[in-house]
Amino acid sequence: MPAAAQDGRWLAVAMLAAVALVWSTPLLWMTVAAFRPQNFGGLDMASLLPDFAPTLANFAEALDSADFARLYLNTLAVCAGILSVQLATVTLAGYAFARLQFRGRDLVFYLFLLQLMIVPPVLIVPNLVTIVGLGLYDTLLAVMAPYFASAFGVFLMRQTFRTIPRDFEEAAMVEGANWAQIVWRVLVPLARPGMVAFAIVSVTAHWNEFLWPLMVISNPDNHTLTIGLASFTRGAESASQWGVIAAGTFLVAAPLLAAFTLFQRQFVNSFLFSGVK
Amino acid sequence: MVETTAEMGMEARWTWRGPSLAWALLAPSLLFLLLFTYWPIAQSLAQAMRIETFGSDAVTWGFGNFERLFEDASFRRAATNNVVYAAGTMLPSIALALALAVGLQESTRFNATLRAVVFFPVLLPLVAAAALFLFVFLPGIGLLDYYLGKLGVGRTNWIGDPDIALWSLIGLTVWKNAGYYMLFFLAGLQGISTDLYEAARLEGAGAWGRFRRVTLPLLGPTTAFVAVIALINAVTQVDHVVVLTKGGPSDSTNLMLFYIYQQAHENYDYGKAAAATVLSLAALLTLSALSLRTLERGVHYES
Repeated sequence: MPAAAQDGRWLAVAMLAAVALVWSTPLLWMTVAAFRPQNFGGLDMASLLPDFAPTLANFAEALDSADFARLYLNTLAVCAGILSVQLATVTLAGYAFARLQFRGRDLVFYLFLLQLMIVPPVLIVPNLVTIVGLGLYDTLLAVMAPYFASAFGVFLMRQTFRTIPRDFEEAAMVEGANWAQIVWRVLVPLARPGMVAFAIVSVTAHWNEFLWPLMVISNPDNHTLTIGLASFTRGAESASQWGVIAAGTFLVAAPLLAAFTLFQRQFVNSFLFSGVK
Repeated sequence: MVETTAEMGMEARWTWRGPSLAWALLAPSLLFLLLFTYWPIAQSLAQAMRIETFGSDAVTWGFGNFERLFEDASFRRAATNNVVYAAGTMLPSIALALALAVGLQESTRFNATLRAVVFFPVLLPLVAAAALFLFVFLPGIGLLDYYLGKLGVGRTNWIGDPDIALWSLIGLTVWKNAGYYMLFFLAGLQGISTDLYEAARLEGAGAWGRFRRVTLPLLGPTTAFVAVIALINAVTQVDHVVVLTKGGPSDSTNLMLFYIYQQAHENYDYGKAAAATVLSLAALLTLSALSLRTLERGVHYES
């Protein structure tokens, strides 16, 4: 029996390792191919063995054919803009749901719940009409606006506030603090873990977003990384420059992959939080 | 300020703490929800029912847009594709995520590395994943064909063959999302008390028996929750369609949201786009409500 159990264990480990091997190949290939000389034999392009003379030529070509600096700046602006407005809206609403009694609270709560299912991507067409009507078409603000309210963030903050004992607030109240001071000086510092979790999920989502910016942006000066990558890929694909595509993809993906490697635990906890909805 | 009597201060604050403060705090969120969630829903409904006759200003109301939609072979194809795509991505990615979570739940260095490897694709933009898979799917010299060729499998036109293309996109999606769902199962597993496994072991249950009789039922709520997320992903993520296939060949990879995008952005047919949006919203709401009911039942079961 122990021998059979031992065999089963090895089989499981072998299968897990096989899955991990298959899972890692696309990203492994991306890294190897990005640093590979361009005159590399076309037929062995899929080889996963690193080249002995790594080169930055693919990166140079990628940086040459798309304005990555501008794409990075635009994407950063979009992520930062969305996050800062979101932090304000979700903190205020989260506090209201966690601490205040008012008529219609359950109904409003369900109204918020609706956004968890009817996520903005399904509403791209009517939202485009609204954006045009507001005169925001082809601006970065248009990319951000539909995400300023976040039901997910409101629930997350509500849960986070609820885990904070009321003693702190009551102590502050006795000392004469008003609600704004209580939220800002007492609750917000204590709710930081929830806010960090929300920030990671929000930035990841909007760093990676594609269809909505594609819809509301036309001027290349306002392109975000994903749109830039898509149009850049189209060009490189027709020229079969796979190394350049790998380098471009590497440039787009690297910041988040690096952040994850550095703050692995924090990332994992945040994504789990996104399940607490 | 502290000098004012605490009593009076409390009094004043408590009146401010009534409904007006609550509504003031909710107002910013509600304003944006109104603009970009409730209004567009209403607008889609209105637009879907609105019929403009070409060359005249007269507007009539009715189900004409829906009729035109159902007559459109591309729409029917996109709807069926999306059902296949949803089922085809949900089942394998959830099963795989569960298997990986069970296999990798112990915190060893080896397991942590494998978990990170499976989780990496989650952080990649779908557009970037699609750009990489342009090469993965490249006939003959791409990653898949290169290594399958060494195993003696001939070349395959992964995204150019209408019979295979949708399944290739399904494969890409499973690769991208399984690691995300694995996280929830890992968290769910941590919530299961080891006493239950011990009890099952004492009753003579083997590894499979313990999995079937303890793990699986107790992960019910997690599974229902993951299913909702996976469903929403299957309806709202079409970036890979845009980059890899544009819905082709011959509509074999057209999904509903891409169809909506095409109608609005390429054909300027807002009536049809709105009708398709309304149907998608209805499907999303119905299916999520059903899954959430299952979810709640699961929670009762657990307590």
